[in-house]
Amino acid sequence: MSFNNLDQLYRQVIMDHYKNPRNKGQIEDGTLTIDMNNPTCGDRIHLTMNVEDGKVSEAKFDGEGCSISMASASMMTQAIKGKDVETALRLSKTFSEMMQGNDYPDDLDLGDIEALQGVAKFPARIKCATLSWKAMEKGLTEKE
Amino acid sequence: MNAKEIKQYFPILDQEVNGHPLVYLDSAATSQKPVQVIEALNKYYREDNSNVHRGVHTLGNRATDAYEGARDKVRKFIHAKAREEIVFTRGTTTSINTIAQSYGRANVNEGDEIVITYMEHHSNVIPWQQLAKEKGAVLKYVPLQDNGTVSLEDVREMVTEKTKIVSIMMVSNVLGTINPIKEIAEIAHEKGAVMVVDGAQTAPHMKIDVQDLNCDFLAFSGHKMCGPTGIGVMYGKKEHLEKMEPIEFGGEMIDFVGLYESTWKELPWKFEGGTPIIAGAIGLGAAIDFLEEIGLDEIEQYEHRLADYAMEQLSTIEGMTIYGPLAGEKRAGLVTFNLDDVHPHDVATVLDAEGIAVRAGHHCAQPLMKWLDVSATARASFYLYNTEEDIDKLVQGLVKTKEYFSDVF
Repeated sequence: MSFNNLDQLYRQVIMDHYKNPRNKGQIEDGTLTIDMNNPTCGDRIHLTMNVEDGKVSEAKFDGEGCSISMASASMMTQAIKGKDVETALRLSKTFSEMMQGNDYPDDLDLGDIEALQGVAKFPARIKCATLSWKAMEKGLTEKE
Repeated sequence: MNAKEIKQYFPILDQEVNGHPLVYLDSAATSQKPVQVIEALNKYYREDNSNVHRGVHTLGNRATDAYEGARDKVRKFIHAKAREEIVFTRGTTTSINTIAQSYGRANVNEGDEIVITYMEHHSNVIPWQQLAKEKGAVLKYVPLQDNGTVSLEDVREMVTEKTKIVSIMMVSNVLGTINPIKEIAEIAHEKGAVMVVDGAQTAPHMKIDVQDLNCDFLAFSGHKMCGPTGIGVMYGKKEHLEKMEPIEFGGEMIDFVGLYESTWKELPWKFEGGTPIIAGAIGLGAAIDFLEEIGLDEIEQYEHRLADYAMEQLSTIEGMTIYGPLAGEKRAGLVTFNLDDVHPHDVATVLDAEGIAVRAGHHCAQPLMKWLDVSATARASFYLYNTEEDIDKLVQGLVKTKEYFSDVF
């Protein structure tokens, strides 16, 4: 593997989200709070969300981890804000398919998330990318 | 010691990873296996495989001789007084859990203390947490010095008349610290506590003399010392093991079975319920032969030189933080570090693209990570097949990592 392959993992947009995370912090009066760890590597995510009228009105994350896990959390919160719960969960499913290298439905606008496609080629890093998504899924599913 | 020659015995090291010759720097997680060990396993399964301690037939005898022969090798390897003191287990984790559940349950009561340190591996933390919770005992952590060592004054302060068990790793899998076990055991014994030693990172790399250390228990794993996975050792002084109850019951460990009562075999077999780890023990025996032929003192000195060289070379990289004892201080053959703001997972991924295998994460030592105030670190660990050339490649890899991330940032 050459550094070219690395470039597929560390895309510019990913590094941008890592360096300048969107929605970093926590909602003080958030209705949904989810903490999740990746026990094999020590990554931690603290996700807070507000859901109003079936829509994710606000989402913020805090935590520590590698570039992939933090960038993915940043992109995830960006993607679900303003979406209804059902769409957020469909996004999550789509993302999971993408991480497994499977085909995924193309009717959703993935935006920046598309940049994470390269992670699928690095099996050891898939869990980094999926941590925040699992937290979101857990929060929204349990609410329902 | 000629590491280049020794490397020839390890077929796995002769391969390319991601287009580069493999540089394996993760032996503290698990070591690679020499042909001598692979052949011993091969021979056992091809020629001698049979269950032990029961066969009247020839294969049964051969398997039993090989299995019990491995026990004798382990006894000699750690200088135990008697072969009855050597119990085969699945590994360090199982050994420490057995000590906690058998000796611990019988001897630790409400208000008693168990003393460990901040640098322990989870396998030497959680068995004691569980025991303390169950018994209402107190788990105490000896703090660390700035250079990642333990001071005997602190140990003296922590260990009291209430302390029943002191359990400490001899060599840290993160810091590389070598703890003064003999002195700590003396302090433990003065207060009437037993000394348990986690030897997982010791047995592969230096001589262990349990009688000289005067430890009560010692735990270690085969797979970190050129042996197969799934085999480990629980050493205990006979006076303790004799009084301890088994924690696994079933075949192989019984003397007589009645409908409502049974009795146990004598030592060490009462602790080896079920068909034992026959091939694993034989493989471990072959690993001991291999290491002893080279010489444990030789290996220790060689790795010490490698560690010194690595410390020297790595510290030339700007932005490098190295944890544990400083260059020139006594330390084992591993270096744990962080490079600037680059997360250790990202460091490990870039190094892997260069064929270099290092560990990244919390190294099963979350209390220590908390003490170091980091969420994760990267670690390069060395063994007898590593060379200065491997370290040079690591340094080059890290320089590239730095450049790569300064470009993308």
